Amino acid sequence: MRLRGLIRKEFLQAFRDPSSLGIAFVLPVVLLLLFGYGVSLDAENVPVALVVEKPTPDTASLCGAFEHSRYFEPVYLHGMHAALQALSAHRIQAIVHLREDFSRRLFSPGSAAIQLIVNGVDANTARIVEGYVEGVYGNWLEDYAVDKGRPLNIPASIEQRVWFNSNLRSRNFLVPGLVAVIMTLIGALLTALLMAREWERGTMEALMVTPVTIREILIGKIVPYFILGMGGMALSVIMAVWQFDVPLRGSIWVLLLGTSLFLLTALGMGLLISTTARNQFVAGQLAIITTFLPAFILSGFIFDIGSMPPVIRAITYLIPARYFVAILQTVFLAGDVWPIIAPNSLALMIMATVFIGLTRLKTRKRLD
Amino acid sequence: MVSRIIALVIKEFLALLKDPKSRFVIIGPPVIQLLVFGYAATFDLTNVPFAIYNESPSEEARQLVARFRGSANFNDVATITHDEQIAPLVDSKRVLLVVHIGPRFSRDLRSRAGAAVQIILDGRDSNTAMLAMGYVQKIVNGFNVQWAGENDKPEPPARLVMRSWFNPNLLSRWFIIPGIVGLLTLVVTMLVTALSVAREREQGTFDQLLVTPYRPWEVLIGKAVPGFVIGMVEATLISVVAVFWFQVPLLGSLPALYTGLFLFLLSAIGVGLMISSLSVTQQQGLLGAFMFLVPAIILSGFATPILNMPPLVQKLTLINPMRYFMVIVRGVFLEGTPFHLLIGQFWPLAVIGIVTLSIAAWLFRRRMY
Repeated sequence: MRLRGLIRKEFLQAFRDPSSLGIAFVLPVVLLLLFGYGVSLDAENVPVALVVEKPTPDTASLCGAFEHSRYFEPVYLHGMHAALQALSAHRIQAIVHLREDFSRRLFSPGSAAIQLIVNGVDANTARIVEGYVEGVYGNWLEDYAVDKGRPLNIPASIEQRVWFNSNLRSRNFLVPGLVAVIMTLIGALLTALLMAREWERGTMEALMVTPVTIREILIGKIVPYFILGMGGMALSVIMAVWQFDVPLRGSIWVLLLGTSLFLLTALGMGLLISTTARNQFVAGQLAIITTFLPAFILSGFIFDIGSMPPVIRAITYLIPARYFVAILQTVFLAGDVWPIIAPNSLALMIMATVFIGLTRLKTRKRLD
Repeated sequence: MVSRIIALVIKEFLALLKDPKSRFVIIGPPVIQLLVFGYAATFDLTNVPFAIYNESPSEEARQLVARFRGSANFNDVATITHDEQIAPLVDSKRVLLVVHIGPRFSRDLRSRAGAAVQIILDGRDSNTAMLAMGYVQKIVNGFNVQWAGENDKPEPPARLVMRSWFNPNLLSRWFIIPGIVGLLTLVVTMLVTALSVAREREQGTFDQLLVTPYRPWEVLIGKAVPGFVIGMVEATLISVVAVFWFQVPLLGSLPALYTGLFLFLLSAIGVGLMISSLSVTQQQGLLGAFMFLVPAIILSGFATPILNMPPLVQKLTLINPMRYFMVIVRGVFLEGTPFHLLIGQFWPLAVIGIVTLSIAAWLFRRRMY
């Protein structure tokens, strides 16, 4: 009965401040739309300059290959000077340079060189562009050799089979990862201010003089935000599946299990921050530093954890979002793979217990 | 009048720095984060777990396997002998890819159609999968060239010579770390300013401030200066770590960098104070800061290029101050872009700063309850 009163109080407090509802329901929609439509690691229509010193039928056939590729938007420039200027001004991403001896050296010893210069500032994009150029060059080479009656003999070629995401759509892995980031925000950010606010406004003292126990206070704080978080999650999943066509191959129950465990962890983390800080400014800073940025950078959502140095890899084990990203990517794209789900769920369970347990220990009915 | 403003600035600094916990969260975490994220945020794969499934007992197959095992990008974690072993390894993420060499590999090498090396990839993380595929392609190309040379096969009529400018080894760290300079500066400045008015509103001291003889723009300066100073110090500290610890080259001039930083801070503080004066509680200020920060970071080109975004979203990025600063900071660090080529980035920042600061000053007076 007392507990019901407390939960009701927290609900009222959450619903009367429009910003709580905003973060639970508006943020997921806005972020998923921005990410789903806005963010892509797949480069298309890369502006590239073709510098041909002496046009011949051979150079024309190579340039044609670039024009027909959907990855490139070629422009013809005269001379390397103009091309390098365009590269510095970011008007183009790469230069394909054919020297005047190109045609003459085809099929001669040493072979003709196709020079490619990419702007390497964005190393990831540069690598992708290099890969595309290699693809265009490889296809052209084969066709050209057949045309000239000297078919190429490529000893070994690659036959690739991609499981779980056959078209390598980056949206399919970004959206589940993003759901984890959003859930971190909903869970930890809202609760980070809860206790701190009570301390700062002096209402904590009012709570202390009532007969409610610490356990009841904590449950009262967790329940409403758990329900709010679940609502945000449901919204995110609905959008992922129906708006972005991300397949949901696992079962909804496993998803529910993973989400509940993660939400408890995030809420526990938020409450722990809140009780430790007792000051909304510090709590807010800590929440941002320990939740959003690590969930974005250290969770394996965009950057590969396996490639991080060992010390950093060890730190990622402390980031709850890491486990949730693994669960989500697997449940969405692969199915109920228990060897992935079981250990990650267990890790979340332990983290939730530790965070909530520590909060329980740190919150005392005392005024110091 | 000047002394009045100085008094206000001192008061704001005291509000921020008098509490040791709050002092710590402003100064400590950004440096720690730069170190952690600087190492973590990389698109270069150094440790791709893979398994070999070699059914061909030939010397050629052994050579190809040796190339995979010797690569610095790959890490051999399992050897497969049956088809049924593939699925459990990939499903449980113990390997990212499986290299399958069929039993007829060496015979097929000499055939007209050539031999196929089958690569099975885990597509759950498609970016990593695509990058790994690039490395696989390089390894197989190297094998082909060597094999063709040893067996007197004709070389292809043309070859591709690749070079990359500004970042010859294509280290993604060089790209990410200057970005982190902007990212952390924005986060710290936003937090310092977004809560400053909201805190006074919540505690009721803002009304007291409004009944003093201070004019709104004086209050604005008082609120802006601490964020500005902290942002400058923070950015300088982070840049020093970037250059001396991470060895990121700083080719351009410091005046260009600091002009950019000045204007960027102006716009960040403007947005922060605007959010702050719109909010009644600190929760609203914090959440408002978040609602701005997250899209600002995602749509800035920090991790994914703006050019890949659909045209409508690209237009939307034009109002994002972080977008311009990313170009400035990367240009100055890696390309040595001279001052005059950056003017196209400077003026939008100045416009955003002036507009948001004016709105904030206006809101100080209008929004009172």
